[in-house]
Amino acid sequence: MTPLFANGPALQIRIIVAVVLSLVLMFVDHRLKGFDSIRVYLNSLVSPILYAANLPQSMLDWSAESLSSRRSLLDENAKLRETNLLLQESVLRMQFLQRENNRLRALLESPVRQEIQKMVAEVMSVTSNPNSHQVLLNRGSLNGVYEGQAVLDENGIVGQVVDVAPTTSRVLLITDITHAIPVRVARNSVRSIAAGTGSMSRLDLNYVPHSADIRAGDLLISSGLGQKYPEGYPVAEVSRVISNESLPFAQIETKPIAQLDRIRYLLLLWPPNAPSQPAKSSLKEIQRETKELIQ
Amino acid sequence: MIGSRTLIAFSLFLTLILAMAPLPNYVEAFRPDWVLIVLFYWAIALPHRVNVGSAFIVGVLYDILLGNVLGLNALLLSLVVYIAAVNHLTIRNLSIWQQALIVAMVTAFYHLVDYWIQHFLTTVYFLPELLWPTVTNALMWPWAFLLLRKYRRKLRIR
Repeated sequence: MTPLFANGPALQIRIIVAVVLSLVLMFVDHRLKGFDSIRVYLNSLVSPILYAANLPQSMLDWSAESLSSRRSLLDENAKLRETNLLLQESVLRMQFLQRENNRLRALLESPVRQEIQKMVAEVMSVTSNPNSHQVLLNRGSLNGVYEGQAVLDENGIVGQVVDVAPTTSRVLLITDITHAIPVRVARNSVRSIAAGTGSMSRLDLNYVPHSADIRAGDLLISSGLGQKYPEGYPVAEVSRVISNESLPFAQIETKPIAQLDRIRYLLLLWPPNAPSQPAKSSLKEIQRETKELIQ
Repeated sequence: MIGSRTLIAFSLFLTLILAMAPLPNYVEAFRPDWVLIVLFYWAIALPHRVNVGSAFIVGVLYDILLGNVLGLNALLLSLVVYIAAVNHLTIRNLSIWQQALIVAMVTAFYHLVDYWIQHFLTTVYFLPELLWPTVTNALMWPWAFLLLRKYRRKLRIR
């Protein structure tokens, strides 16, 4: 039965309590970072919802895979074999160059570059707010993912991990408005910072003097100066340089190399100085997978 | 017989799943705010069951799901539900298209305050695309309303 008079406190009191409580929550979370340690548990609390939301997509994928025709599979297989052969050749070449590079670095008495460990992850969902560009991955702290980890796709840098749950993690894309990444022009090593603009297809270089030698078409690679991203991975390509002398700085627009609007499979990187290591079982899995691929 | 609370909670759980379902990038901006629509419905249909408290809890869950600052959606959804619950007798008596208009206004309020708080916390700029859900929410309201009314009447949720 609908009560004639509502029981419990009046609506006005409830809304005041709710507003005060949420303002306190926001303050504690944003200013004092009070929930960082609890976030892992909170995230694992809601992860069933995320898995359920991802279910239709994974079912579609599964059915597309199991229903694809023999012909298309053969075609794809042939194509993959071809790329694999080409990639194998470049791997051999790279090993040779790496050995040479290590020898040269040893001659110069600089530290030899160390191997970076990797893991493949799949995108589960993309956040719907245009003000925040984030994606959710199906790997979490159980796989050794840590906060601040660099994430790549096959073309270039995608973003960094900002939130870790036991089985999922959240990645902030480089185009997010709150994100910036230290970069270097590949051609002449001019340093700059590429800041997200909130548009998936644009990064801006801020505070670049008019005299800086940056041209349209230049490739920007990560400089590794922020200690977050490993050095030397492609980030963006300069698309437009507007040098208006009446403004204090040149306006430089760039386009991310990674296709951020259609990412599906991503690579998580563990540089040698990472705070955690990739979980053994899945690393072995990947090594087994790669071995199978090579054979 | 399953209790009304359980059934309402179940509908809100499904709504959260729907709100998180992945969409192609070009429809993403038009995604209706399902959580807002469903909470709005329950607040005008059964304001003694769903009001500020439930909106607050759903809002916190939604914030965790979206990776927002905790409390952002809790605040916004509480305010929206408060508006709905206070005026539930008036809104109930309006025609479905007039209700859709109200939903559109409430959505605009929701997104503007959302933008305002985010601007206060970080450095987001105002993008006119933010207001697309105003249109899609209003278009979705009649169907959501009919569906939820059917759900409520069939299962005798009171």
